[in-house]
Order: sequence, then C-alpha cells, then structure tokens
Amino acid sequence: MKLAIYIAFKNLLGAGLRTWINVLVLSFSFVAIIWIKGIMLGWDHQAKSQLIEWEIGHGQYWHTNYDPNDSFTWDDSHASPSDTLINAIREGRYAAIFVAQGVIYPEGRMVPVCLKGINTTQQVLKLPTSFLIREENIQSSAIPVMMGAYMANACQLKEGDQFLVRWRDMDGVFDAREMELVKVFATPVPTVDAGQIWLDCSRLQNMMGLNNEITLLSIPSYESNELLFSNEFQFKSIEFLLSDIEKMVQMKSKGQSVFYLVLLVLAMLAIFDTQVLSVFKRRREIGTYIALGYTRSEVVRLFTIEGGVYALLASALALVYGYPFLLWQYRNGFKMPVDVAEFGIAGSNHIYPLFSLALILGTFLLIAFTTLLVSYLPARKIAALNPAETLKGRLS
Amino acid sequence: MPETIIQVDNLIKQFPVGKGFFTALDNICLRIESGEFAGLIGPSGSGKTTLLNILGSLDSPSSGEALVLNKSIGKLGAKEAADLRKEAIGFIFQTYNLLPVHTVYENVEFPLLLLKRTKKERNLQVEEALEWVGLQSKRNSRPNELSGGESQRVAIARAMVKRPKLVLADEPTANLDAKNSFHVLDTMKELNERLGVTFLFATHDDKVIQYLRRIIELNDGQIARDYTPEKNIQS
Repeated sequence: MKLAIYIAFKNLLGAGLRTWINVLVLSFSFVAIIWIKGIMLGWDHQAKSQLIEWEIGHGQYWHTNYDPNDSFTWDDSHASPSDTLINAIREGRYAAIFVAQGVIYPEGRMVPVCLKGINTTQQVLKLPTSFLIREENIQSSAIPVMMGAYMANACQLKEGDQFLVRWRDMDGVFDAREMELVKVFATPVPTVDAGQIWLDCSRLQNMMGLNNEITLLSIPSYESNELLFSNEFQFKSIEFLLSDIEKMVQMKSKGQSVFYLVLLVLAMLAIFDTQVLSVFKRRREIGTYIALGYTRSEVVRLFTIEGGVYALLASALALVYGYPFLLWQYRNGFKMPVDVAEFGIAGSNHIYPLFSLALILGTFLLIAFTTLLVSYLPARKIAALNPAETLKGRLS
Repeated sequence: MPETIIQVDNLIKQFPVGKGFFTALDNICLRIESGEFAGLIGPSGSGKTTLLNILGSLDSPSSGEALVLNKSIGKLGAKEAADLRKEAIGFIFQTYNLLPVHTVYENVEFPLLLLKRTKKERNLQVEEALEWVGLQSKRNSRPNELSGGESQRVAIARAMVKRPKLVLADEPTANLDAKNSFHVLDTMKELNERLGVTFLFATHDDKVIQYLRRIIELNDGQIARDYTPEKNIQS
C-alpha cells in the first residue's frame, strides 16, 4: 500500500498541469461547499439569535385564544396576569405585550396595522422601548410610537411625523387619536417591523379600556415558576417559536444543496473524465505495470489511490487559499446581495458564516468518497484489459 | 548441466473469432536452457509474440503445457503469475514502455521497489544497471528527453536490474536505426555472457538474427525449424 501511494503521488505530480487543474477544480468545490454550508449555518444561527433578541426572548406565554396569524382572534386574546407578575413586568423583568388591530392614515393613505403595546421598562427584548416614555416637559397630546425602518419606509414616515390612528375599543366603539413617530429602529427581524406599531403597553390598554390585560409575555430565561398565572395563558417553548425559521432555513439549505451538488458533480466529472482518459492514454503504462509484476487488482488499487491522492491534494490546496478566505468570511461576514427581510426571513443582510469541525470533516469525507468512487469505476475497466494488448497500446 | 528455463509441450493457443477460433499457436514443443540467446523468428502473424506473452505469463495457453522456471503458466493464479514476472522475468518491448512521469533512475528502480529491496540495495543495483547500459549521465532524465536507443537501453537496464533468470524481448530493435540497434544488441549480448541470463527474442529483424545463437522459426503457429546458425556475430 505504501508503494502504491508513493507511485500514485509520483504519477500525479509527474502528470503536471492535468493534475493541478483537477486538483484546483476539486479544491474549489471543497471550499465552495464549506462556504455555502457555513453561510446557511451562520444564517440559521443569526436568524434564531436575532429572533430571540428582538421578538421571543427565551420563550413566551400566549393567551390561549391568541393566534399571531389570525387577527380575528386578537380581540379575545387578553387577560390580566397576577399581581406578582404585574410588579415584575413593571420592573422590566418580562416583556408584556398587548396586541390589537388598528388603522393608520399616513399621508392620507389608509394602512391596516398591528398595534403592539409593550412595557417601556422591559429589558428582555432589544426593542428600544425607552423611546416610548414621554418626557413630562413635552406638551403633546399625540401618542408616542415607534416602528421599524421597513414599515416607516413603506408608510413614507420619518421620526417626528404625526399621523392618525383609528381603532375599536373593547365595546366595539371606534376611536381615533394622533400618533407621533418618536423612533424608527433598524431591525433584522421583519416580524417586529412590517405592519407593526409599537407603543407603551399601558397607553394601548387605556385605549382599549382593558387595563392591566396583556396578550403575551416574553421571558428572559427558562425559569418561569412565577409565570404560572392562570389557565388562560399557555407556555410556548423557544423550540416551538423557532420552528418556522427552522423550516425556512431547512428549505433554503435544500436549495443550496442542489447548488453544491452540481459543483461536486462537476468536480467529479473532471476526475472521472481524467481517469477514463487514463484508460486510453495510459493503457501502455498499465500493461507495463502488469509486465513488471503488478496484478490487475493492484492496478485497480493504484488508480483508485490516485483518485484518493487527488482528494488529498485538493484538501491541501483548499487549506492554502480556503482557510484564509473562510477565516476572513467568518470575521467579516458576507453581505447578502438582496435584502433578506424581503423574503420575510429574520436575519441581518450581513451574514457571518459558521464553520464547524463536523462540516469540514463531513465535506472532506464526501469529496474523498466520491473521488475514490469515480476513480475506482474506470479502474475496473482497466482491470478488464488484456495486458498483452495494452502493452502495445491497444484496447481489447 | 544447464537448467531448463522454459519447457513447452503441445502448446495450443486459440483466439475466438466470430463464432469460431483462430489458432495462433499449434502444438508447440520447445525447450530453452539457461544462458541461451535464442530468438523466435517468422513473419507477422506467425505466433512469435503470442508465444512470448504466454511464456511471460501475460497470457495463458488454450491447451498444452508451458513451464517457465518449473511453473506451469496455465495453472498460475493472478498473484502467482505476477510474482513470477516480478521476480524472474524481465521484459523488453519494441516501444520501450518506460513509465513516462518517472526519471531514468526511477524507471530502472521500479522493479526493485516491487521486490521491496532496501534503498541502499536499490541504489547499488540501479547504478550498476545504468553502468551496464552506459546511461549513468542520464539518470535524472525523463523518457521524453531520451533518444530511441537510449530509451531501449533504459528498458534493458530495467529488465536486468533485478537479475532475472529470463529476459523476453519483443522486437527490441524495431523502432531503432541500425547504429542504435547494434548498440542495444551488443549490450544484451554482453549481459547474457557476463551474467548468464537467458534471452528469448521475438523478431524478424535481420540485425537481431545475426546475434542469435539459436533460431526457432515459426510459421502459421508451428515451429518450422529450430536450429543453431552456423555463423553469427557471437561466433
């Protein structure tokens, strides 16, 4: 085996440019696959962590009637938490959210929105809720609100603008007030941005005539003993809340897998083509090996090892330029060519790929295995040749 | 008493052609002793190369017996046949068949690598073989940097480096000009005399025939004549 590896190395290095072109193609596939998968892993990780930071915390309690995708449920999706919890919410240990429907009229247009009241003291979510506290010296009857940059852009609003909001209170009576946009925040999470207006929870409760009632609650950690407040709220685990993004990333991963499989197939075709060409171009050499004392199976082994050496050389080359590239990507991230928020997926437009040892080893094994396979197949063809004929350079 | 290197009895070799068979060798009986410098001669298609391939364990007989160094070629497994070639038989081909990506030194060293000789042994034997053929100065050259005569001398060194008992040379001068042919033949003759290695040629080149001490003439797969020439370069 040692000799076969030596000869295989010698043959490949001696073949010069042909070998290096194949190695380059293979190493490119190697780096590209790791990079693409790293981007997906990084995106997955970023999307989840940003959802946790901006929207869900480490789990949520939902009113039993609440369905975020069905606004008709919202009117009946509120209840009052315990006094202990109300105090905890005031202290900002939890993010309490009241959800209601409304319509705003920016620039004379009518835009249906989701009004979300949140306790301004909360320290669970990254939302800049402190901007919602109206300083006492400001004389304005307008309700201070904030919205995400995407929403502000869609409504053509900027900080300081005022607009009318109309809603229906608990008795079904329509009411309207002026709102003032005090903060436009940038967020990578579209579900706290698009179609949403954030205001102080107590103001929204007053508007609705439902003091102290909330729709849902985000918690800062898994310790939620004091949250066993009533049967009206159900705990939603972080796994449940992340399941949508999980499915989305999995779907994207499958799409990307097609891309890297195409890359892999192209690289394998190059190796396969080279090895098949070898059958024709190197048939005299094959006959010589047999005349010098090789068995047919040893010739098959030699050619298969040559394929393995391709994988090794490609890995070494990939290390030379791939390592600095991937390290640079890991540190500086990758700017997505389009705004990911347009897909409704949480995630920054700047993705920082993640590369795990399992990913690198898995890719190496995948490439090594397929390279060995596409080398073995033509080598089997070689084994069937008549050595007496191949010595003369003929195919029998 | 000289050792019998090759013993062939009633050897028949047939190749399938369409629904029938073509008989390439027909009832060949032959004995070659150690140290001989013999040649199979005859026109194209007479069966010289087929016989040489069988004796080199690159092919097997359809029937009959071919014993090489007391091993029956027809009964050898793939591994045993490979071992026989590796240890006891050297090949010289018309087209040299040097390994293209290896240097002259590495080509000559190759059979010793297969025999798992130590680096020191290999170095000594390769240098000696290169000296036999006068190519020490070309040890680092690649085959594509050599002339035809030099390439064939490398092939001779590669065939001889392991000190085989039998060297099978198939049309060794067919691609060489007269000067190089005589140079190569002189080298082989000298090695035959100095080392006692048995040489068996397949040729129809008159220049080779001049050197042979025994001529086995084949015609249509049968031995037409087996004789010692009255006069040759060696006599």
